[in-house]
Amino acid sequence: MTNPPEPIIELVGIAKQFGAIQALRGVDLNLYPGEVHALVGENGAGKSTLVKILAGIYRPDAGVIKIDGKVVELHNPAQARNAGIAVIHQEPTLFPDLNVAENVFMGRHPRDRFGRVDWKRMYQEVERLLASLDVRLNVYTPVQGLSVADQQLVEIAKALSLQSRVLIMDEPTAALSAHEVHELFAIAKQLRERGVAILFVSHRLEEIFELADRVTVFRDGTRVATAPIGELTTEQIIRQMVGRALETLYPKSDVEPGEVMLDVRHLTRKGVFKDVSFQVRRGEILGFAGLVGAGRTEVARVVFGIDRADAGEIRIGGKPLQIHSPKAAMRYGIAYVPEDRHQHGLIMDFSIAGNITLPVLLRQTNLLGLVNQRREREIAQDYSTQLQVRSSGIDQLVRALSGGNQQKVVLAKWLITNPTLLILDEPTRGIDVGSKAEVHRIISELARKGLAIILISSDLPEVLAMADRVLVMHEGHVAAEFTHAEVDQEKVMFAATGQVTNDHHQ
Amino acid sequence: MKLLRKQLSAWSWEALLVVLLLLTIVLGNSLSPYFLTPFNFSLMVEGLVEIAIMSLSMTLIIIAGEIDLSVASVLGLASVMMGITWNAGIPLWLDIIIALAVGSLAGLVNGLLVTRLGLPSLVVTLGTLALYRGLAFVILGSQAVSDFPSAYTNFGIGDVPGTLIPWTFVLFVLLALLFIVVLHRSWIGRQIYAIGNNKEAARFAGIRVDQVKLLLSVLSGLLSALAGIVLTARISSARADNALGFELFVVTVVLLGGINIFGGRGSLVGVILALFVIGGLRNALGLINVSGDIQNIVIGTLLVFSVLGPNIAQRIQSALSRRRLAAGSAKNV
Amino acid sequence: MTTTSEHVQEADTLSRRSGNRLVALVGRVRELGLLVVLLLIIVVVGVQVPEFLTLSNMVQILLSISILAIVAIGETLVILTRNVDLSVGSIVGFAAFVAANLFKQNPGTSLLLGILVGCALGLVLGVINGLIVTWGRVPAIVATLGTLYAYRGLEFLYAGGNQVSASDVPDSFLSLATAPFLGIPLLIWFAAVLALVFGYWLRASRTGRQLYAIGSNPDAARLAGIRSGLLVFGVFAISGLLSGFAGVLWGARFATVDATAASGLELQVIAAVVVGGVNIFGGSGEILGAMLGALVLGTIDNSLSFLRVSQFWLQAIDGAAILIAVTLDAFIKRWVQRLLITRRQR
Repeated sequence: MTNPPEPIIELVGIAKQFGAIQALRGVDLNLYPGEVHALVGENGAGKSTLVKILAGIYRPDAGVIKIDGKVVELHNPAQARNAGIAVIHQEPTLFPDLNVAENVFMGRHPRDRFGRVDWKRMYQEVERLLASLDVRLNVYTPVQGLSVADQQLVEIAKALSLQSRVLIMDEPTAALSAHEVHELFAIAKQLRERGVAILFVSHRLEEIFELADRVTVFRDGTRVATAPIGELTTEQIIRQMVGRALETLYPKSDVEPGEVMLDVRHLTRKGVFKDVSFQVRRGEILGFAGLVGAGRTEVARVVFGIDRADAGEIRIGGKPLQIHSPKAAMRYGIAYVPEDRHQHGLIMDFSIAGNITLPVLLRQTNLLGLVNQRREREIAQDYSTQLQVRSSGIDQLVRALSGGNQQKVVLAKWLITNPTLLILDEPTRGIDVGSKAEVHRIISELARKGLAIILISSDLPEVLAMADRVLVMHEGHVAAEFTHAEVDQEKVMFAATGQVTNDHHQ
Repeated sequence: MKLLRKQLSAWSWEALLVVLLLLTIVLGNSLSPYFLTPFNFSLMVEGLVEIAIMSLSMTLIIIAGEIDLSVASVLGLASVMMGITWNAGIPLWLDIIIALAVGSLAGLVNGLLVTRLGLPSLVVTLGTLALYRGLAFVILGSQAVSDFPSAYTNFGIGDVPGTLIPWTFVLFVLLALLFIVVLHRSWIGRQIYAIGNNKEAARFAGIRVDQVKLLLSVLSGLLSALAGIVLTARISSARADNALGFELFVVTVVLLGGINIFGGRGSLVGVILALFVIGGLRNALGLINVSGDIQNIVIGTLLVFSVLGPNIAQRIQSALSRRRLAAGSAKNV
Repeated sequence: MTTTSEHVQEADTLSRRSGNRLVALVGRVRELGLLVVLLLIIVVVGVQVPEFLTLSNMVQILLSISILAIVAIGETLVILTRNVDLSVGSIVGFAAFVAANLFKQNPGTSLLLGILVGCALGLVLGVINGLIVTWGRVPAIVATLGTLYAYRGLEFLYAGGNQVSASDVPDSFLSLATAPFLGIPLLIWFAAVLALVFGYWLRASRTGRQLYAIGSNPDAARLAGIRSGLLVFGVFAISGLLSGFAGVLWGARFATVDATAASGLELQVIAAVVVGGVNIFGGSGEILGAMLGALVLGTIDNSLSFLRVSQFWLQAIDGAAILIAVTLDAFIKRWVQRLLITRRQR
């Protein structure tokens, strides 16, 4: 029996804080050459943060990184690369206008003896790299024409050309088809044969069982388990992922659901989601659970009129409707609080009042077209107080607020449109615990007032506590549906990871 | 204290411009005793009106995140239209309407290319800058039409009876007031800021981004045509090369007024202050016979420092606060 | 694996490959398209007016665009990095006057010194631009708009209302532009050599390739360890240097130089670059394209006089050319993207 190899990478006591949120607490992790090490955990467990630390994008607040036993400091991505670490991020960082070969070699083009870029050798080298992975790509193509899967292959080729000893893949399969995943895994196995250490971050447990040698589970910023893949069952992994006592969230008030507000039938958007059907009643909170990429936001976008469906029907209050644009959706009483409040939810340079009243500007406008600022502030103040937005005043710029208060402003903005259907997409993401509870209180209150609510969330305790019914999506279709009484975290995770077929119909 | 500082920073650009304006007045007064006379003010203002009018619509366009380099060419085109319609015997009031219509059409073309085809406005208006100016030359060649009726030209150079306030200035003031109200008090203005700040969030809030941008393009064409009508009256000459090269100057005025080139920020008050600062500087320097082109050294430098200054100030500030933090934490150790 | 899925794989790869080949081809379309347009114009005009096709006219066309072409080289480098240099016209004019004036005031000045002075001035002005943009973090469009005015103003200050005319300068200076070398005026040689050198450099050097990276994805460039600040500073310096050299040549060519020389040149240069297929947002485009763009515009201009079309159509046609070029680009891009997506979905 040969001696167990030394780890290439040792992480000792890594900690990282972002404002009030502790993303990583005292994490230890070892990576050995020639192993595929899977990293799993719920959204927000700290996986991405760890990847970014290894990539040299973040610096840890505490703890030590050792490579080959020596302590190193990774101040920037170039240093991480020079240390032999290659990272494939969730979004490829390629140069769209340049071809495959140049993307692989940017900054390190092979040169001939005169110092000129040796294009021929570069193309040959990249073709050789790709061939060694059994991949057929035209090296002359500009990268922007490639599919996401092919772009990832380019990233892998880049890593190989750097002779990286560590390859980190952050949720690489999220946008890939089954066939492409298979190709990717074949390459990963090859790399493993060559002694590369692979850290593979993923949600999809079936993939992990296919590829990984060892698996580490993260939860709330700590490493809770590491074991060879053979020693753990799916149930055990899932239990480790979610196994904390349910925090005391604001108890949900019991509401008698009213008539059906939204009736979605066989909604399909090619390549994104298929045959999605569900109903939401007045006063009801329908939770949408599932992993990132399951299609929940995509369904919401269609209901709100941002995207168009290819097939299926949407009925509001019984009437089938065509929803062409957000403005039309708003007219039908639909409001959508988007996932990304920075990109889509708020105008950062506007005040609280400015943001809240944005969808309904015309309401405060008199006949001359002028905005009645006093009335606007009154209305905004009213909502701001109701939602307990903590600020130095209604005129404060939204940029200056904490995440929790920003989210409340987004909520207020949509409540002001007097919706009958409210779609919330990850409403408590990136918010401190205190604000979370308040947002939950607001949501409960809204349900009591008779709103129909769709709650899209990756925060399982939140979904379990708040939702009257839970719809679980997996890979673009509805995998399961549970009532409040029968649902628990493990059942949801099972369905979300594709372990259970959809045998719960309405 | 922090709140006060925040309030101050919201108006800091305008405050800076006020300081610059005061400095300009002081400078002008020291350079020449004629500077602070009403007659001089009247002269200064008269020469600036066309740029002032165009800067109103340019401000809105830049806040919305676009740009229009064709404004001076549309002005020229409108001037030419005035010339040929007048020559053709068409009554003056109809000439004006036609010129305004042509300008609006020119703006519409710009807007359609940007919103429907998704082309960058910088390149589109670069092309229409040449196209519209070229069309002006094709229509009128190198001639000039100068025999306009005195009613028209008197408007261009005349003052409000009993005062030294040029009629054209009155026109500008009315327009400026209208624009200030629209931009800062109306729902359209709010939408413009929203679009320039975060186009996607604006769209999510139900704002019709493309329609607004199209409207602004047409407005820009309309106002450029208006400026052309004013210029033609003022110099009593319709020429294809009227206002040649003015577009960059209009952009300079707007940027100096505190409008962020990337959109979403700035106020018209700042732009108007900048107009007076530039006008005052040019006038003061002109009074001591510094030629217009040399005056541009000052203006160009001002423009650069208007962005450079705050950047440097910010870097000094963060370097200082970092040092303070480090000192603070060192103390805690 | 079943035979069916093997077939699917095979078809998938095949369509992927042909899709890739299509995209690669489209990349070259712009330069080819310009050549086609050029040939078309030459043929159409030449058929109607044979005098157009003479060698001396061809030389005339090349002469008319050479100075613009030299400036366009520098401008291309700047635009590739997702910046813009609006001050080139002012730099050219300034260098033109300074160089011409040098010969006027000091008749014994060597030709070489005159050229060096002009280039040095251009370099200094370009360096200032570079510092403002990289160190000062002022957006290029604002910075070079300001220096456009400032530099032009400085030139007026320096010129003091004077001008330099042909009789003021030695013949050797004037011949810099027109003296024939192997039958072709020196000016054309300068432009051609510089275009070849820089065009080659862009393709053959690591640094040149990094310019494309910076313009294509600035964040990824930083992640890849490319020293963007230094390189952007460098291209502004080069743009200034080339504009300075072009200025000296301007003085040599046009003989009469006053402080208004080369006013408005910047927009002409950007037009040529854009028509030449250089993306205004950076990341793609070739020097060859910019040269062809200048050539197409110059040929159109030249042909107008032969076609008895009034010169007044000049600008209008230039403007239309820019609009057509960009619109075609947008359509082609959209068409190719749609093609690729449908192929992938199959």
